[in-house]
Amino acid sequence: MSGKDASRQKLHIAIVGSGPSGFYAAEALLRSGRNVSIDMIERLPTPYGLVRSGVAPDHPKLKQAIAVYAGIARDENFNFLGNVTAGRDISVGELQQTHHAVLLACGAHEDRTLTIPGGGLPGNHSATEFVGWYNGHPDFRERTFDLSHKAAVVIGQGNVAADVCRILAKPFDELRDSDIAEHALEVLAESKIQEIHVVGRRGPAHAKFTAKELRELGGIADVTAHAKPEECVLNEESRLELEDRANFNAVKNLEMFGAFAKQVETRGQRRIRFRFCLSPAALVGRDRVEAISFVRNRLEGPPFSQKASATDQTETISCGLVLRSIGYRGVPLDGVPFDGLRGVVPNVAGRIVDGEKPLRGLYVTGWLKRGPTGIIGTNRADSIETVENLLADASEQEAKSGADALLPLLEARRVRWVSFAEWLKIDAAEIERGKDKGKPREKFTRIDEMLNVLE
Amino acid sequence: MPHIVTDNCQRCRFTECVDHCPVQCFHADDEQLYINPDVCVDCGACIPVCPVQAIYDVVDMPDDKEPWVAVNKERASTLPIIGAKQDPLPTAEARQAELGF
Repeated sequence: MSGKDASRQKLHIAIVGSGPSGFYAAEALLRSGRNVSIDMIERLPTPYGLVRSGVAPDHPKLKQAIAVYAGIARDENFNFLGNVTAGRDISVGELQQTHHAVLLACGAHEDRTLTIPGGGLPGNHSATEFVGWYNGHPDFRERTFDLSHKAAVVIGQGNVAADVCRILAKPFDELRDSDIAEHALEVLAESKIQEIHVVGRRGPAHAKFTAKELRELGGIADVTAHAKPEECVLNEESRLELEDRANFNAVKNLEMFGAFAKQVETRGQRRIRFRFCLSPAALVGRDRVEAISFVRNRLEGPPFSQKASATDQTETISCGLVLRSIGYRGVPLDGVPFDGLRGVVPNVAGRIVDGEKPLRGLYVTGWLKRGPTGIIGTNRADSIETVENLLADASEQEAKSGADALLPLLEARRVRWVSFAEWLKIDAAEIERGKDKGKPREKFTRIDEMLNVLE
Repeated sequence: MPHIVTDNCQRCRFTECVDHCPVQCFHADDEQLYINPDVCVDCGACIPVCPVQAIYDVVDMPDDKEPWVAVNKERASTLPIIGAKQDPLPTAEARQAELGF
């Protein structure tokens, strides 16, 4: 085959996962100048990953990123295949046969667990479940959350902890015209929660909230935010950390915690209480969670490497609901190496490796590559890096059939894949259902309901 | 409540921000970048990646940088979008050191 013919051959790329990292990878591929054909496989009939099911319902602006993804999806060299589960309907090995490269963009679907006594008591949940539930994700439709007690404890001080705290704290009227799932709105309407403790293992200088999110928590109508003055005193190492110009976010956070420490106690208002240097030791209760006992920590180590070290002091906080928000983990896929400690697929700049050896035609991007860090836009730079390496390795000389081989395989297995045009029908139906309720959409929360729209 | 590019961008033009923006809201001339306030979704991804901290959330802006709000809006409306990271200006390294980063 002559060089000229080879360059007219398409490069067939399979992307597994339709969240931000997958779409930004598609964008980088389409802009590369190479002749590409992209098949994006997604487990759910609906695309967009955490932009659809993670971003909080009261942060609709962040969801505008969807307009960028929809634009990419309309490219003639892009094919969306929803309702197809990699590992079940089609294996990664089979995709390597049909495509020049397989790019895993599956995210980090599981949560990090806390193995402590009493962990099995009802009332103990992960933030992942709670967020998926109020955002209408089909995997979490049947979960139940008991909001009939006075106090809830959120373990963790990152932006996901801020989201769940805010959804529990906000007055019902502020949530009712968002795209929050109906079943969640009904439960939140009856919530008796008055106190939300948001607990971190280290000090206020180490809280991972972005200043913007923390500020939002301090500004909710009818809600006061508090911190204990004695827990906001900084040690020398923390003071030095704050002097680093790159650490401006922590400086802003400290200003706000300082203001919360001066906040007067109120009656009749929901209260958010930020607590520091406490690690959960056990969940206590008979038939359900009634309290958590914590160990008080001291900070040890040099600036920027301070660690929480247990003292012998303890504290117990009464509560009826526990939401742990301590990070996500990726899920292993058959035929792909996995780092069980970090919860990621081992890789070097996106090339998947087995030990030291890069595996041919296998790439990873997004949270499954680097861990659950950063924000939506972080994935763009990440995917640009992975795609650069993918394209450097890919050769049009290799003959692959892409969708021409993939679709017959799926059909033979009776997999009912959902095209982008069909997603747009589901999309339109959700928007229509939301109209009567004054909501931007009413999401379908069961897969069969989504597929029914298409029949 | 958008984010705003201010004067530290001048004589640097690192453009690290561009690859981190989920919605492509950056516009550019030869001197520096500007954020289109109508497209910015306030995600904040750009702030920590700028080597000279040129970008502010509008609520955190020091008073003396306030004029940049109008400048960003005006210039973004006439300049082209910058779609990908570019090489910084030749003066970037010196400027970065001068600014204390």
